Amino acid sequence: MNDALGMPQTAVVVGATSDIARSIVRELAARRLAKVVLTGRDEARLDSVDEELGALGLETHTGVLDVTDVAAHAGLVERAADALGQVDLVVMAAGALGPDGPEPPDPTATAELFATNSTGPAALLTAFAKLLAEQGQGRLLVLSTVAAVRVRRANYPYGASKAGLDAFAQGLSMGLEGTGASVVIVRPGWVATRLTEGRAPAPFATTPDAVARDVVAALERGTSVVWSPPVLRLVFGGLQFLPRALWRRLPS
Amino acid sequence: MSAPARVDIRVSSGATLLSGWGRTAPTSAQVVAPASADEVSAVLAGAAKAGGVVPRGLGRSYGDAAQCAGGMVVSTDRLDRVLGWDPATGIVRAGAGASLDALMRHFVPRGWFVPVTPGTRHVSLGGAVAADIHGKNHHRDGSFGGYVESMTLVSPTGAHRLSRGDEAAGSYWSTVGGMGMTGLITDVSLRLVAIETAYMRVDTERADTLDEVMSRMTDSDAGFRYSVAWIDCLAKGARLGRGVLTSADHAQLADLPSRLRGQPLGFAPRQRLDIAFTAPSGLLNPLTVAVFNELWFRKAPRRRQGQIQGLATFFHPLDGVGSWNRLYGKRGFLQYQLVVPPSGSEVVRRALEALGAAGVPSFLAVLKRFGPRDPAPMSFPIEGWTLALDIPIGGRSLGPVLDDVDEMVAAAGGRVYLAKDARLRPELVPIMYPELDHWRAQCRVLDPEGVMISDLGRRLGWLDTKPDMEKGR
Repeated sequence: MNDALGMPQTAVVVGATSDIARSIVRELAARRLAKVVLTGRDEARLDSVDEELGALGLETHTGVLDVTDVAAHAGLVERAADALGQVDLVVMAAGALGPDGPEPPDPTATAELFATNSTGPAALLTAFAKLLAEQGQGRLLVLSTVAAVRVRRANYPYGASKAGLDAFAQGLSMGLEGTGASVVIVRPGWVATRLTEGRAPAPFATTPDAVARDVVAALERGTSVVWSPPVLRLVFGGLQFLPRALWRRLPS
Repeated sequence: MSAPARVDIRVSSGATLLSGWGRTAPTSAQVVAPASADEVSAVLAGAAKAGGVVPRGLGRSYGDAAQCAGGMVVSTDRLDRVLGWDPATGIVRAGAGASLDALMRHFVPRGWFVPVTPGTRHVSLGGAVAADIHGKNHHRDGSFGGYVESMTLVSPTGAHRLSRGDEAAGSYWSTVGGMGMTGLITDVSLRLVAIETAYMRVDTERADTLDEVMSRMTDSDAGFRYSVAWIDCLAKGARLGRGVLTSADHAQLADLPSRLRGQPLGFAPRQRLDIAFTAPSGLLNPLTVAVFNELWFRKAPRRRQGQIQGLATFFHPLDGVGSWNRLYGKRGFLQYQLVVPPSGSEVVRRALEALGAAGVPSFLAVLKRFGPRDPAPMSFPIEGWTLALDIPIGGRSLGPVLDDVDEMVAAAGGRVYLAKDARLRPELVPIMYPELDHWRAQCRVLDPEGVMISDLGRRLGWLDTKPDMEKGR
């Protein structure tokens, strides 16, 4: 069960090999988290995450899952419910960054990016939302990005695919009102992770651990949208009014 | 028990979102309101399929004790009648949904008072038994369960008439303080106490340090039926824990001024104010609470004896403000109550210091000495010092600080109050409540399938719920 401070005892982590997801699990394990179901695409990497998080004293269950494989979603939801009893939190952290640079991407790569960042997660969130509404409790934590708020020229396929997920999560949040289940959207800025390694950091760059701490604070306060670092809420509040002619000239 | 022939149960359309008085961690459930023991039996018969069931009275538990996410919540609202009254013994029999407010309004004018009252009249009889509530007279009179002559419990195995001292005493004491996990109490026979007036004779005294508060209370409380201290937990340094002691007895007719003697048992408390909106979170913060505490401390007389106060003014000042819990904003608040045996009295100071250092504001901090415990395995009060705090949700360090205080309390042989809990670490429950296993075994006798489930019980992992129950979908 989630306690009065929003701390879950169980969680399903989709995309558990993500640096941000692992940091979130570590933060939550220091509080009340006791049991987790971890999924990822890459079995070898998932095993090493399993070992790392199991060492925190968590009871872990793992399953290889490609989030774009919608046919496998129902099986995961059922397994998670069996393994955890109550699913208190679902961390939707599966995602890909896609190609860097302003050149129009390859059509197949574009479709794959949307499947990984947008349609796959939206389908799986729908399946978990049904479970959580039946449970009468639970939270869906959706990893979005500030790049979804206003897409940048440098990485618009990524921003656009996350924008789809972000908007979907906002709608799901309204749809779940009154059920006891709820949605928390996380919009980090540039985070130093495995995905961004070798790329130039943007202003207000942050770390997975800092994002995880912001997430825990938001769960405690019952906030529905988390900006990380929090100042980005103000920054993007202003940037959305920047004329397009200026916006597209912004570096990176 | 035979199956009821025809049952008409009001079922709300769809699920209802419920939370405790602290307005935290809401979950949804089907709410049903049966009007008789037979209807309750029928509800419990269908509970396994519904995903578990828990009773709910007036929703005054602060945390998640009267919630059952995804399952069924049985309201006692319609079991609210006074069923019998014996003026010779002062024993009243009433439905579990009857409130202490209703009992007082009916019986105070007739010269009878409830044996134990918490800080609000708006609790149900069933809830009072299930939480084995205590009041300002615990050091002399013990907790609520000691005044229940008998009760009807409808458990999944059927209806049981439970009396203190008979062969089913195990069931009786497992239900007292049992947080609804043995079944649903449908009616209670309660022994009231005789009073001459509806007034209290109150002594008030200011004490400048925590040690002074505690030593004065130790010295004086045996001489008064009611004794409690308000504590300032935001005062700095040596003044931390300074407080205002109140000690009181029921006023005799001769104590009243002549203007009150004409109607010494008049009792019609009114709600003066209603909080009809949810205040912004953060209204009650370290600054505003410190200002309030300073004023409250200074307003109290250094020493005043024999002041005459109405029952409601003395016992239930917050009942004058409707929905006062909304003042804590939409994030809600925690109520944290600990008790430590006399040998662990130092924990009170260390808890105040830990919370003070973390900047956790507490608007209402109450200190009291408990007397001997009753035999109920899950009843909260044990002999020693109890400290209760109201804390708004929001501070970053709140969770870890309370976890630290829990550890101190457990190490000192103390415990926290489950009727108020909303965040305790499950591993500490068997340490704080060493008779947990014995109680669980009793619960299994009355509820072999484990259909009685609350969010509190799930969170604390105290009942090994069956896997097929958890799924209930």
